[in-house]
Amino acid sequence: MPIPHYLPHSSLQQLFEALTEDGYAIVGPQAKENRIDFGEIRNTAELPWGIGLIQDAGASQLVDGPKNRCFAWANGPQAMKPLLFAPREPLWQIRHGKNGYVVDAINPETRRLAVIGLRPCDLSALRIQDQHFLEGQYPDSHYGARREGLLVIAVNCTHPAATCFCASTGDGPGAKESFDIALTEDDNGFVVETGSPEGEQILARLALKEALSTQMETAADNLRNAASSQRRSLVSDNLRDVLMSRLDHPHWDEVAERCLACGNCTAVCPTCFCHAEIEEASLGGNHSLHSREWDSCFGERHGYIHGKQLRPEIKQRYRQWLTHKLATWHDQFGRSGCVGCGRCIACCPVGIDITEEAAALLK
Amino acid sequence: MINPHPPHLARIIDRVQESDDIFTLRLRFNDPSIQSAYEFKPGQFNMVYLPGAGEVPISLSSDPDQKDSFFHTIRVAGRVTKGIDKLGIGDEIGIRGPYGQGWPLESAEGKDVIIVTGGLGCAPVVAVIHYVLKRRERFRRLVILQGVKHSHDLIWRASYERWAQAPDTQVLIAANATEAIWPWHIGTPIDLVQQADFDSANAVSMICGPEGMIVAAAKSLTERGLPEADIHVSLERNMQCGLGLCGHCQLGDKFLCKDGPVFAYPEVKFLLERGGL
Repeated sequence: MPIPHYLPHSSLQQLFEALTEDGYAIVGPQAKENRIDFGEIRNTAELPWGIGLIQDAGASQLVDGPKNRCFAWANGPQAMKPLLFAPREPLWQIRHGKNGYVVDAINPETRRLAVIGLRPCDLSALRIQDQHFLEGQYPDSHYGARREGLLVIAVNCTHPAATCFCASTGDGPGAKESFDIALTEDDNGFVVETGSPEGEQILARLALKEALSTQMETAADNLRNAASSQRRSLVSDNLRDVLMSRLDHPHWDEVAERCLACGNCTAVCPTCFCHAEIEEASLGGNHSLHSREWDSCFGERHGYIHGKQLRPEIKQRYRQWLTHKLATWHDQFGRSGCVGCGRCIACCPVGIDITEEAAALLK
Repeated sequence: MINPHPPHLARIIDRVQESDDIFTLRLRFNDPSIQSAYEFKPGQFNMVYLPGAGEVPISLSSDPDQKDSFFHTIRVAGRVTKGIDKLGIGDEIGIRGPYGQGWPLESAEGKDVIIVTGGLGCAPVVAVIHYVLKRRERFRRLVILQGVKHSHDLIWRASYERWAQAPDTQVLIAANATEAIWPWHIGTPIDLVQQADFDSANAVSMICGPEGMIVAAAKSLTERGLPEADIHVSLERNMQCGLGLCGHCQLGDKFLCKDGPVFAYPEVKFLLERGGL
């Protein structure tokens, strides 16, 4: 286990410069409108300094936070997912030429990304998306190409939102794996750990001091507090079997009365992977583009099959989502599909709360 | 990493109109090296691509030992199949596959084979009928239970009549509604399970059709003493990628495109009996 070091806030820009020297484009959080958004940044001044975030069911509000912190918030609607699994991307095009059709595969243009600010819940989600897109019989070359150059700089979560429940799912607030560098912020800087040779190589160039035991204790205290301050929790005992045995529970009807089937929850869920394949022909008819785009099991086209909708009722679609996420996901991926990030709660326009719905279904 | 997405071009080298809305295409990949390397098992499917319209999952209906070409029997059901129906000999389409798990034909050797098929779900199992008849000595009795809504939906009628004459072969056909001359049963294929002649201790059943029919047929067969583990079913869902990635074909914990479309009945019994999932 490498010895933790300490990165003062004043040296954060040096880390950015080292990443840039190594050819990485840096993607990190920024305060935009009323949310935290991930985008390309070059300077640490672009990080959300002094920004706090209050989230609750159906609500998200940026507020003033501690001035000398840039990670005093939990999460925004998106982090890693759109960077590897593109919301929309072309897969191939076909042209009609003199001697018939020609199919051209379209491969994505990729850059080496260093993503700073991923939370432990995001790392768990990343691990699941890796499993889904890369570890099956047909690894997805588009996801794979983006994943190959990725450097993960996680920031442990010291300011969970009211919507967070990663402590109950076992995914946070501290990162255990799947990072190159992990930071835990205090008022002066970060306790830094490395999780890969790439991470070590980059840190070695920053000439950092070893973290003091008081700094490490503060970090550990902050993470303990972050865990104990979480108000929501997901019951985890045997959800798989219990939910599958309660497919006729009256609570499904109750949720369906509130659910708008808008699909916000699936769009912001860092583990949801469904996508639709779409075909766009040119007006002239001799060219066509075949793409894929994020899809949602709440939409009407998801369960469509030759003229028939398999899940015509919102109740069936909500049940599909929740039983997949919390029950059958275990069979597919060896764990729950929920990492406790709370995004689906904060981004639901009517404030449907996965932790409350699961608890109600267990009653 | 190999890009698994783009289709290969194939040319239609023959086309047969099977009924008003069902047709069979004989296809060959444009690239001879792709054609010669192409192998599949009955029960597997291809994603069939009509440029400008999109893809549909269609099961392979030809014999896997026929190496120079392959067949798809297609019912006009939606936008893409309607477009494919307009194509003729010499036209090109895109193909990628084969995908999924096929029928357990090796483990059916030495056993009675009971085929139950409802409505227009017959294409995936007709490939099995041809397979068994061509390798007759490897299997014991062949029992075919075919149900259609209306007698005019019965395609390959002459084939059924011919198969009925083959030794150790029993053909039982049912239609819910019929024209005047209908020598077979009026009702469902489930009614016919009682008449099926097989040794339940040494038989394998393969069922394809609407999910309700599958459940009813499996129930009737188990009542006749056939163990559920010897019943195999082919299921349909909205398969958009065929690769186990897009998520549309999920039924419970299964991705039908990669874990199926053929399943041993105990794997999906709960999900099918439950319905609405």
